[in-house]
Amino acid sequence: MDYVKLAVLAVVTVFAAIAANYARDVAYLVNALTIMLVAGGLFVWVLRHVGDKREPAPQNEYFDGVVRAGVIATVFWGVVGFLVGTFIAFQLAWPQLNFDWAQPYLNFGRLRPLHTSAVIFAFGGNALIATSFYVVQRTSAARLWGGNTAWFVFWGYQLFIVLAASGYLLGATQSKEYAEPEWYVDIWLTIVWLAYLAVFLGTLMKRREPHIYVANWFYLAFIVTVAMLHVVNNLSIPVSIWGSKSVQVFAGVQDAMVQWWYGHNAVGFFLTAGFLGMMYYFIPKQAERPVYSYKLSIIHFWALIFLYIWAGPHHLHYTALPDWAQTLGMVFSIMLWMPSWGGMINGLMTLSGAWDKLRTDPVIRMMVVAVGFYGMATFEGPMMSIKAVNSLSHYTDWTIGHVHSAALGWNGMITFGALYYLVPKLWNRERLYSLALVSWHFWLATIGIVLYASSMWVTGIMEGLMWREVDAQGFLVNSFAQTVEAKFPMYVVRGLGGALYLLGSVIMAYNLWKTVSGAKATTRAPATVPAE
Amino acid sequence: MADDENKPAPEDKVQPPERQYAENRAELRQKQAEPPKTGHVWDGIEEYDNPMPRWWLWTFYITIIWALLYTIAYPAWPLVRQATPGLLGYSSRADVAQDIDSVRARNAPLDTRIASMELDEVVHDPELFRYAVAGGAAVYRTFCSQCHGSGAQGAVAFPSLLNDDWLWGGTLDDIYWTIAHGVRNENDPDARWSQMPAFGEILDRSEIDSVAQYVLALAGRQHDAAMARSGEELYLDNCAACHGDDGLGDRFQGAPNLTNDIWQYGGSLATITETITYSRFGVMPSWADRLTEAQVRKVTLYVHQLGGGE
Repeated sequence: MDYVKLAVLAVVTVFAAIAANYARDVAYLVNALTIMLVAGGLFVWVLRHVGDKREPAPQNEYFDGVVRAGVIATVFWGVVGFLVGTFIAFQLAWPQLNFDWAQPYLNFGRLRPLHTSAVIFAFGGNALIATSFYVVQRTSAARLWGGNTAWFVFWGYQLFIVLAASGYLLGATQSKEYAEPEWYVDIWLTIVWLAYLAVFLGTLMKRREPHIYVANWFYLAFIVTVAMLHVVNNLSIPVSIWGSKSVQVFAGVQDAMVQWWYGHNAVGFFLTAGFLGMMYYFIPKQAERPVYSYKLSIIHFWALIFLYIWAGPHHLHYTALPDWAQTLGMVFSIMLWMPSWGGMINGLMTLSGAWDKLRTDPVIRMMVVAVGFYGMATFEGPMMSIKAVNSLSHYTDWTIGHVHSAALGWNGMITFGALYYLVPKLWNRERLYSLALVSWHFWLATIGIVLYASSMWVTGIMEGLMWREVDAQGFLVNSFAQTVEAKFPMYVVRGLGGALYLLGSVIMAYNLWKTVSGAKATTRAPATVPAE
Repeated sequence: MADDENKPAPEDKVQPPERQYAENRAELRQKQAEPPKTGHVWDGIEEYDNPMPRWWLWTFYITIIWALLYTIAYPAWPLVRQATPGLLGYSSRADVAQDIDSVRARNAPLDTRIASMELDEVVHDPELFRYAVAGGAAVYRTFCSQCHGSGAQGAVAFPSLLNDDWLWGGTLDDIYWTIAHGVRNENDPDARWSQMPAFGEILDRSEIDSVAQYVLALAGRQHDAAMARSGEELYLDNCAACHGDDGLGDRFQGAPNLTNDIWQYGGSLATITETITYSRFGVMPSWADRLTEAQVRKVTLYVHQLGGGE
């Protein structure tokens, strides 16, 4: 086995070196060198450990090492992603922050995909992978399937993030929103993702519970659908095997439709279904209450995953997309409203009988606010998909505000709640270092989101109204530059909101660090798979 | 319970039934309300077997019914050759076309008059003039503000339209021609055209420095008097043919006036040196093909009344 590994790593190292030699652009060169260094380093590491005696993994213990690594990566990428986001928010307010000396690398155009990928895929993705590994083991009463495959998933995913992020800064992009990485990075992610699917499915299959817990339905739907979306939307032909540039297989309105089928379901399955899986485990655990309704969870799960996949065309209202596709995108979005709210009801009603905990437990408070923002965003989304509303909101900052009230409020807050729950458990600590700091984090983040969302509502609606404003004779009243100028104060408020949110996450990182570096709990037993 | 049966409470200690009920009410209510569970347990998590909330279910049904009705009314279901058109016969393209047509039709009489009259005559018809300026402003915001600024204040390389320092002339006819045909573009044979030589290939470095000092002197800026004096002769030999002996420029060739301290590319010594050394080649597209005759005339009138019109 070791020799197979060595052979593969040697081939990859040599090929990456050749690729670096023939590289046609800087991004490809740097990525090839990165792969060469990683593969070469692994080769040496494997070589030095050939023939080492290895203890077989204890099958009666949960595989938590990879979850711990995932928690660290989540916090790290979270802070990085929020930092970049705050910086580009201020770049929009003060374009001078696109420093001349940093061109062409640190301009808004290159940092923006870095921000979105860092928060969605690096922060959100690591949170999903780590929590799904934790939850699937607990609720299946089984150790992760596939031995060290889970470590491959974790490190492979980090490599994907580094390749994508460095590629963006050096100018490699296929210009598809949320699918910017170029062809070879896409291929690598596909391999990692299939390994992830195998680990998750394998663990489910060897579960010792008769039924699969609802959280795992959502995680599985997320993993399977994202694999499908990723492959289809990234179908492209490289211009050269030695360069990063590739040409999309689809063109024109077909390409736009595939892109937003992907883009909307990245929201639907990555940021909704996956995080609902998180919600379905951590809220009942933290509240110590049963899930409100099993029936509701079944119906809203199937309704959600059936309806979400059709809603993408609402991103292309009033474009070259045929009317019929726009209509279908809109009505499926409306029908999606209640299935989305099913998750909110189940989350909030699970707390009935435990509402007093809101006063004493800031972690629960975080989770409740997350579910609240989830409910708000999943009402706002269907509303914005209505064509009449969309004709005002489309292309404005309202969309940005909508996305961020969901991403900061729902995805961010539920992840913070899960992290606060996980860290003492994973590192075997009695409790968190400071609940007061959790409260600080909660309020900074909440106020930050409110500033962000409300400023974007104001500026989005204002901008939409200014764009469409015509005088009595049908003449345009405002030039585009005037609408940009009018948005300035709101851009500053938005940046401040982002800064508060960032500050909260830094406090969380400190709090979690102090928790881990504190004294070990004496009472709690190690995480073991319960005996049959 | 067993204890209670064995040792019944004395008569006098029994509390009134109302009181007893009140004390146990909270506990009782919770017991009655405790819904059945499904019986599954995962890592300590149980599930209630609560029914789906009625309001949730009914709202869901209503959205589905609404969606069906909407897809009957509007284009929706793809069939073999084309999609169902919907009972209302809606089409977003037709909607836009109708909207544009109705505005055009409403303004058509005025636009026709503007297109057929002399520009000077429009200025003297208050109602028509007000309409033309409003329409011209809209054309300006859409097509011109990107370079000349939303307030027509200009930018580096793009002249301000607020003053009377015209490169190619500031009468209505001059402005009309510039807008209709543009400047130094390749696609309109009637475009304004001139080209300043790159003097870096003609004069040596010290000569260019002297000329630059003389240009500063012409504009009344701080300069090195000795260098400017030696630059004067070079100016008269090389520059005066276009910019004039006195530096007042020549609108026939689009040669800017150098004496008024208004600069298209900047009036610092470094920028003037760069301009002389490498020349400039500002381009403006021709708009006759992209705008209607009435639109070109309206934006002409708009620019003319901004402040510098002649």
